[in-house]
Amino acid sequence: MRAKLVFLGRLEDVAGRAGEDIAASAPLDWYDVIGWLGGHFPPELADAVVSEKVRVAINGALVADKYELVLADGDELAFLPPVSGG
Amino acid sequence: MGNDVRLLAAAFDPAALLGAFTAELPHAGGVVSFLGQVRAGEGVEALELRHYEPLTLPAMCDLAKRVRGRWDLDGLLIVHRSGTMMPGEPIVLVAAAARHRRDAFAAADYAMDHLKSESWFWKRERRDGQWHWIEPREQDFEDIARWG
Repeated sequence: MRAKLVFLGRLEDVAGRAGEDIAASAPLDWYDVIGWLGGHFPPELADAVVSEKVRVAINGALVADKYELVLADGDELAFLPPVSGG
Repeated sequence: MGNDVRLLAAAFDPAALLGAFTAELPHAGGVVSFLGQVRAGEGVEALELRHYEPLTLPAMCDLAKRVRGRWDLDGLLIVHRSGTMMPGEPIVLVAAAARHRRDAFAAADYAMDHLKSESWFWKRERRDGQWHWIEPREQDFEDIARWG
């Protein structure tokens, strides 16, 4: 399966880029995603996204509990740090 | 009239938008508007707002529906910029039109508090040529808590 990761706000700076494609032989759970981030990015990124302040969305829908997510083929997973608009 | 909610990538003219909005609402007794602009000073050379396409505009539309459900309005306009802006440039325009002014004041106030603290925007400022991400302020959370 192939999916897309999107890093918003300061997470883009931590990752060094705005997004990344992820490929795996099967759907991934949250721990798989964190492990994959740890293998492909500076350790600060995985540390940042596990913060309870970072929400996640799959295909534009907020995930209530990121520890329960399943990332499947064609999905887009966005990491959303605290907002600061207006 | 329905809600007019826009997410714009380029500069806008708040007076023109407000004029067009009120022209369609002759029966509204009061129109309250708020304009937020990039604050000059403190060494800020530019401000950038990032958004996330699948979330940002849909959430702004949901907010507009909540505002309409809470107050009796004749019209509601919410315009928000994304992208890079210079000091003095408009960032956000909210206008609420109602038969009675108190509904219009409260609706615009509520919409702004929720745009500030709940909308999907990430802000950074350029000072001395360096970009700095802006963290949410404690005051923003206190502002939103007022509404229960």
